Amino acid sequence: MAGQKDIDSISGIETTGHEWDGIKELNNPLPRWWLWIFWACVVWSVGYWIAYPAWPLITGYSKGLLGYSSRADVAAEVAAAKQDQAVFRAKLETASLEQIRTQSDLLEFALAGGRSAFNVNCSQCHGSGAQGFTGYPNLNDDEWLWGGSLADIRKTITHGVRNDEDEDARTSDMPAFLRDEILTQPEVADVAEFVLKLSGQDHDPDRAGRGAVVFAEQCEPCHGQDGGGDPEVGAPALNNALWLYAGDRDTIIETVSYSRRGVMPAWGRILDEVTVKQLAVYVHSLGGGQ
Amino acid sequence: MSFLTIGALGFGALLGAFLAANAVDTGILAYGLLLVVFCVVGVFWVMRRGDDTGGPADPNSAIPYNDAVVRAGVIASTFWGVVGFLAGLAIALQLTFPVLNFDLPWTNFGRLRPLHTSAVVFAFGGNVLIMSSFHIVQRTCQARLAGGWAPWFVFWGYQLFIIMAATGYLFGITQSKEYAEPEWYVDLWLTVVWVVYLLVFLGTLWRRREPHIYVANWFFLAFIVTIALLHIVNNLAMPVSFFGVKSYSLFAGVQDALTQWWYGHNAVGFFLTAGFLGLMYYYVPKQAQRPVYSYRLSIVHFWSLIFLYIWAGPHHLHYTALPDWAQTLGMTFSVMLWMPSWGGMINGLMTLSGAWDKLRTDPILRMLVMSIAFYGMSTFEGPLMAIKAVNALSHYTDWTIGHVHSGALGWVGMVSFGAIYFLAPRMWNRSRLYSVRLVSTHFWLATIGIILYITAMWVSGIMQGLMWRSYDSLGFLEYSFAETVAAMHPFYLIRTIGGGFFVAGALVMAYNVFRTARGDLREERPYESEPVPVPA
Repeated sequence: MAGQKDIDSISGIETTGHEWDGIKELNNPLPRWWLWIFWACVVWSVGYWIAYPAWPLITGYSKGLLGYSSRADVAAEVAAAKQDQAVFRAKLETASLEQIRTQSDLLEFALAGGRSAFNVNCSQCHGSGAQGFTGYPNLNDDEWLWGGSLADIRKTITHGVRNDEDEDARTSDMPAFLRDEILTQPEVADVAEFVLKLSGQDHDPDRAGRGAVVFAEQCEPCHGQDGGGDPEVGAPALNNALWLYAGDRDTIIETVSYSRRGVMPAWGRILDEVTVKQLAVYVHSLGGGQ
Repeated sequence: MSFLTIGALGFGALLGAFLAANAVDTGILAYGLLLVVFCVVGVFWVMRRGDDTGGPADPNSAIPYNDAVVRAGVIASTFWGVVGFLAGLAIALQLTFPVLNFDLPWTNFGRLRPLHTSAVVFAFGGNVLIMSSFHIVQRTCQARLAGGWAPWFVFWGYQLFIIMAATGYLFGITQSKEYAEPEWYVDLWLTVVWVVYLLVFLGTLWRRREPHIYVANWFFLAFIVTIALLHIVNNLAMPVSFFGVKSYSLFAGVQDALTQWWYGHNAVGFFLTAGFLGLMYYYVPKQAQRPVYSYRLSIVHFWSLIFLYIWAGPHHLHYTALPDWAQTLGMTFSVMLWMPSWGGMINGLMTLSGAWDKLRTDPILRMLVMSIAFYGMSTFEGPLMAIKAVNALSHYTDWTIGHVHSGALGWVGMVSFGAIYFLAPRMWNRSRLYSVRLVSTHFWLATIGIILYITAMWVSGIMQGLMWRSYDSLGFLEYSFAETVAAMHPFYLIRTIGGGFFVAGALVMAYNVFRTARGDLREERPYESEPVPVPA
């Protein structure tokens, strides 16, 4: 620093006079725009502290002039959203499912709410388009495990299937015919052949003939004489091409041998009454409602 | 000095054997044995090298710099860079095509994601910082690194930390704190390494032959001290057993969340910002051969950055259980941080005044300038995203991922590549890089990759945020979560392609560094201002 000034030849600006491994520093002032924006940000922040909750104190914190609270904010938003839907919700609460289905404004509201609730709560298992997956029924067709009337659907949604949380859950247990030693391996194979026949697939007529006897003894009480199923006990129809766990020979043998035990939560314990009603109307409307 | 080093390593070997002998799980057994191997190999290595703790790359150097440890840092940085970028590409592919999780615990996204973040931030970024700080502090102090074998302990000890952390993730050992996943024993090991690092750095400053401490060293010192503080506080935990891997954090609930993001945000602030500003303040003026723009700006933006950054962490917890007052402070301090961050950008870019023409002929300088541009962009985007109204849309979406990567790939990546290209010929004492034209290739691959990456994430993130908050005319949610995921698929694909470009660039760099180290020179048309090599 001592003595003469060191001027950078290109910019004409004085340096600080120090040098590190060939690096010098110019003595430029702070850019004005930089300084002003910095102070503007500081002023804005101080203003924000005055207006909003900001600084911790010994007990509590500075509340701010606007009295803002994010909790109060979200409560107000939820209340406003509820208020917007209050008229329809009140009507849905008292209306029967049949009434909802026949009044166009109620139906429109119920379908919109049902679709939204389905997307959030049901699509994980039944699919975004309610198309179902292996073990999770398709809700677009007219094949129903536990009945496809509005009341049946509502009951299934409210109480769920084979869960421990709701006493009124839909429940039934198909025996694991092989594991429980009710049938022998050849008998299981025979009855599977008969199920193939019932559903109109290629089969061995001899085995199917023997399987028919086993079927009449073991399966008919639930699945019906012609394999038509029984929604009272959640027994699926076996005489068509719709399958919950695939209808090929191996899968049928596996199902008969070890049984299946699909479960579904009791949504009545999670969702409010109106939402369950909306869901029932929505699912009923998907194509297969009875 | 050697005796002290060998004694310390001997103690380490005994400690490792003691841990392994009493281990209650395979984790501590494996890492105890690893420590034994590390220390025993270390003893042989030190004994074989005798008094040779590393000399200057240039045999005519008047000052006996320790360039050998910097050279090791160039290799480690390049290696971990490629590993970390490949891990990133792998998980980008997994997000695009989930089947690539392979249904195995070791290869699923949940374990590979922290492997990627730690590999790029700590393995790549950390090695670059150690390498550059060791180089810069020696040159700007005109003094050899302090402490005999100590710099080597920092280097190798840090590699051991990386290996313990990375293998731990793959085997499912984690304390589940983002960017602080390693368990207690890894944290303790890193603490030891870091304290030695601080001592080496301070010792070198103490020996300096310059009257003043150069600005780059202020940033390095702030980085080393603050990272020590953050690391120790956030990792305070009680092990279930001193012979087992599992521990429980001292903090719980919202206090835990706040401590974690005080740590997490300042890891970005002091590791990825302050530390790399140290690189910028040396390599940019050196490569441009121009003086730093403003000494006064460097002082003011250094102190304002250091003071303001440490408060900004709560902006990661907007609209959570964190009290409103803390959210306000996090947001306002982030906004006040905008100009202090930009101070570094101004000083970097304006240093080129009078030398802008060099961008045409010097791809290394172009890389450094592009890094400053991305630094400016992401330090504007950061405060913007910290504003609660913006955060309400951006938080938890891909926008955040895009923001992080414009900083990580653009700023940290590019400035690190610039440093590696600067160091490679000098640390191996070559007349120039193997190929300067390949640097330009790397520059374009990386730039295209970054732009594909961040634009894809902007679009996908904002779309995702809008879909989440979208209501129909009757007041019901419009989309299911699965629908938002499906909508992001094309952008995940674009991001993966961008990542592919970036990885390709890094491989070009690795090749270039390898050939430079071997002493090869590629026959190529030189850029105008380069000294034309003497014809053979």
